[in-house]
Amino acid sequence: MTNSIGELGTDATAIFLIGTNTTENHPVIGYKIKKNVRENGAKLVVADPRRIDLAEMADVYMQFRPGTDVALLNGMMNVIINEGLMDKEFVENRTEGFEAVKQVVEKYTPEMVSVITGVPAEDIKKAARIYAEAEAGSLCYAMGLTQHTTGTDNVKSACNLAMLTGNLGRPGTGVNPLRGQNNVQGACDMGALPVSYPAYQAVSADANREKFEQAWGVKLSPNNGCTLTAAINKAHHGELKGLYVLGENPVLSDPDSHHVIEALEKLDLLIVQDIFLTETAQLADVVLPGVTWAEKDGTFSNTERRVQRVRKAVSSPGDARQDWEILVDMTNRLGYACSYDSPEDIFEEIRKVTPSYAGITYARIDQTGLHWPCPNEEHPGTPILHAEKFSRGLGLFHAIEFQEAFELPDEEYPLILSTGRSLFHYHTGTMTRKAVALDVHQPENVVQVSPNKAAELGIIDGEKVRLTTRRGSIELKAQVTDILNDQVVFTFFHFSEASANVLTQAEKLDPVAGIPEYKVCAARLEKIV
Amino acid sequence: MLKLTINGQEIEVPKGTMLLSACQQAGADIPTFCYDPDLKLAGSCRMCVVEVEGRRNLLASCVTPCENNMVVSTESDRTTEARKVILELLLARHKVECMTCEKVGMCKLQDYCYRYGVKDSRFAGEKGHFAMEDPNPFIERDYDKCIMCTRCVRACEEITGAQAINVKERGHHAKISTIFDGKLADSTCVFCGQCIMVCPVGALTSKVSMGKGRSMEYDRVLTTCTYCGTGCTLELNVKDDQVVGVTSNRDATYSPVNKGALCVKGRFGWDFIHSPERLTTPLIKENGQFRPASWEEAMDFAANKLKAIKEKDGPDSIAMFSSARVTNEENYLAQKMMRAAIGTNNVDHCARL
Ligand code: SF4
Ligand code: SF4
Ligand code: SF4
Repeated sequence: MTNSIGELGTDATAIFLIGTNTTENHPVIGYKIKKNVRENGAKLVVADPRRIDLAEMADVYMQFRPGTDVALLNGMMNVIINEGLMDKEFVENRTEGFEAVKQVVEKYTPEMVSVITGVPAEDIKKAARIYAEAEAGSLCYAMGLTQHTTGTDNVKSACNLAMLTGNLGRPGTGVNPLRGQNNVQGACDMGALPVSYPAYQAVSADANREKFEQAWGVKLSPNNGCTLTAAINKAHHGELKGLYVLGENPVLSDPDSHHVIEALEKLDLLIVQDIFLTETAQLADVVLPGVTWAEKDGTFSNTERRVQRVRKAVSSPGDARQDWEILVDMTNRLGYACSYDSPEDIFEEIRKVTPSYAGITYARIDQTGLHWPCPNEEHPGTPILHAEKFSRGLGLFHAIEFQEAFELPDEEYPLILSTGRSLFHYHTGTMTRKAVALDVHQPENVVQVSPNKAAELGIIDGEKVRLTTRRGSIELKAQVTDILNDQVVFTFFHFSEASANVLTQAEKLDPVAGIPEYKVCAARLEKIV
Repeated sequence: MLKLTINGQEIEVPKGTMLLSACQQAGADIPTFCYDPDLKLAGSCRMCVVEVEGRRNLLASCVTPCENNMVVSTESDRTTEARKVILELLLARHKVECMTCEKVGMCKLQDYCYRYGVKDSRFAGEKGHFAMEDPNPFIERDYDKCIMCTRCVRACEEITGAQAINVKERGHHAKISTIFDGKLADSTCVFCGQCIMVCPVGALTSKVSMGKGRSMEYDRVLTTCTYCGTGCTLELNVKDDQVVGVTSNRDATYSPVNKGALCVKGRFGWDFIHSPERLTTPLIKENGQFRPASWEEAMDFAANKLKAIKEKDGPDSIAMFSSARVTNEENYLAQKMMRAAIGTNNVDHCARL
C-alpha cells in the first residue's frame, strides 16, 4: 500500500474498492472502511462482479463483468477528463505520459464501457465523480484486480486513475493493494522473487549483483530466475529437476492442479518443508518438519509495509525444527558456509543489504512496528509513499487498451467462473482446515450461483452439483445467492476435496507478472443425475 | 482549562473533558461496567458515580462534563453505598457460577464485589432464564451471566459494523439477542469475537478455549496474526507450553493496526498449532511410502541430491518456492541459499496466488 491502513478509517473521504472483498479477506480493514462510511460520511464506491457485503453500504455499486477492469477504469477516466474533474496541477507537475492516456480513453465513453462491462453509464459517471471530487480518495484493490491475464494492465489503469485525480501522496489517498497473505509483502521485500535481491534490487543490474557478491562473498548468477508458474511448466517439460518448497502448497494454490501434480511427479527431487503433510508434501521425496508462527521468533511485514514482531510462545512438537535452522543447515551442506545465532542475528544482516529496512531494529519494533522505507535508526518510518515525488521522479501514465480475458464463455462452457477466498478459511486450508471451529463452521466448498441460473439448471440450494472446465471437474454443493448475476459462478480454493484449481487455467498468464487468471475462466455447471 | 479538585488533589483539564477521565488523570480508580473508551457512551450502569460538592445526586462520571471548580470525591460513603446496591442488583440476576467460569480473574463483577465486600444480594429472588443454546463453534452465549452493560452491542456495531445483536425487551426481561432472537449464524454476525473482547463478565466466552485455562493460569505473548496481510497484533495465551486461546491488546502502542479488534481467523483459528496431524519427524519416501528419518539422514539425503542435480544439470535446473507465510528472516535465508549456495535466481513464492 502507498498509504497506511489507519487512514482508511479516518482520513479518506472517498474510498474506491475494486476487486477486493475487504470484509471477508481483510476483515479488520473492512471494519475501518465501514466505520468511516458510517460515522464520518466517507463516500464508498464498490466495483466487483459479486454484490459483496460492502456493496450494501456503497454510494455506487458497479457489478461489472469479470475481466473488464481496464474498460471500466478507462471509462471513469473518460468521464473525469471530459467533465474537467482531473487534477491538472498534479498531472502537470508530478507525472508524464498523460497525453497518450487521454487519447486512448477518449473512445471509452460511459456508454461504450457500459456495453462492455454491463454497468449502467450513469453509475460509471457517478463513481468517477465521487472519486475525482473527493478531498482524499483512496483506491484499494486486491486479487480481484490482479488475477487476470491483464493483471498488470489492470493495476496500471488503477494507477492512471489515481494520478489523474491527484489522489496520491496525501493522508487518506493512495493506490492500495491489500495483500492477501500475512507476509507476502515481506517475502517480496526479502527478495524471494526471481528478478530481485532484497529491497527490489534487480538481479540483472551489474551494480546490484556486485554489491551482493561482495556482501555474500560468492559469485552470483546474472540471469533472472523463473517464476513459480514458469517453474511448474519447466518441470513439466523435464527441464527443472529439483524443487524445494517451503511452506507452500502448489497442488492446491496453483492453476490447473492436474498439470501441477504431473509436473511435480516428473521431478528428480521434491523437498517440502512444512508443518503438515500437505497435498504437495505427499508428493515429496523428503519432508522436513518446520514450526508454526507460534513457535518462532522473527518479523512479518504487513500490507501497509509495517514490519512487526512475531514471538515464540510455545515449544514445537517432536523433532520439528526451527525453519531458519533448517535453512542454515541446508545452506551449509550445499557448500556455502554461514552461521547465525538467532532470527535477530539474521535481521541484522538483512538491514545491511536492504536499504529500506536499514533503520529497523528488533529493539525499535518491540512495541509498535515501523513502516519501511526506514533508512536509518533515527528515521520514524514512512506510512505514506510518494509524498513529494515518485521513486522514479515523475509518475508515469500508461495508455492501456481493454483486452478480453483469455478464456471466454462459449456454448460448451457458458459461464464465467471466478475463484477466491472465504472469511473462514485461509489459502489452501493447511492451517484453517485443522482449526476445529473454523472447519466445523465451514467444512466444505460451495459454488455460488444466481437464483435464475439455478432455476434454469434445475438446481436447488444445497444440492450437490458438478462444476466443469476444460481442465477438470469437481463436485460440490450449490449455494444459490443473488449476489452474482446469471453469467457468473464463484467458488473457493481452500478445499482439497473440491479444489477450485482443478478448474483454473495455466495456459495463459499475465505476460509481465506471471499471475494466473483466477478470476475468469469458462465453466459449465450441471445437476448431478 | 478547567480547575477541579478530585479527592483533595487539584487538577486542570481541557474543556469538554468528562469527569471520569479527569478522575482517572487524578489517579482515581473508578469502577465501570458499561464504559468503554473506544465505544459511544451509554451512561447506564451507574457504577462510575462520584460525589460532587453542592450536587444533591451522585453523578455518573462517564457522561458528566467537567465544570470549573468542581470538588469531587470518588470513594465517599455515598458512592460506595450506591455501588454496593448496583452490585447487589446485578447479583440478583447473575448466575453465580464462579467456580467453573471461564472469566474468573478477568471478571469485573467479581473484582468489584471483592472490592466492595458484596457477598450476596438483598434482592435475591427468582433469577431470569436467558441462557442461549447456540450451536456456533466460536462463541458461548450464557446470558444468565449478562449484566446488560450493552458493550457487546456497541462493539458489534461500532467496531465491527455487523449490527448482529441488540437489546430486546425492557426492564427485568431485557436481554441481548439477534434480531429474531435466534442463532448468531442466522444473523449478520461475522464471528469476530469483539463482543467477547469487551464483555466485562463471563456471559460471552470462546468455545475454542473452553476448559483450557483461566486468565491467571496463562501468560500472554504478543505477536502478529499468521493469516491475512492486515497484520493484526494479538496475544497468544500460553499455559503449560500450550496455546489455550487468543486475546488482544487494545492499546494502540502494542496493537497499532487493529487496536485489539480481530476477525474470526485471528481470534478462533489458532488450535491447528497443537493438531495431532502436525509433522514431528523428517520423512523420506521409499518405494512410494514415507518412513521416518533422523534429521541427519534427511538433510544429507536432500543436500546430496541437490548437489548431484546441480552438478549434472546446472544450478538453473533447481528452483525454490519460498513462502508468504514464513518470516522475513526465513525468506531472506531461502533466497540467499538459492542464490549463494545453489547459484540460481530461481526463487519465488505465491505472491500471485
Ligand atoms: S462475534 Fe462480532 S459480529 Fe458476532 S455478535 Fe459478536 S461482535 Fe457482533
Ligand atoms: S453479554 Fe456481556 S457485554 Fe453484552 S450486555 Fe451482557 S454483560 Fe454486557
Ligand atoms: S485477525 Fe483477521 S484481519 Fe487481522 S490479520 Fe488476522 S486474519 Fe487478518
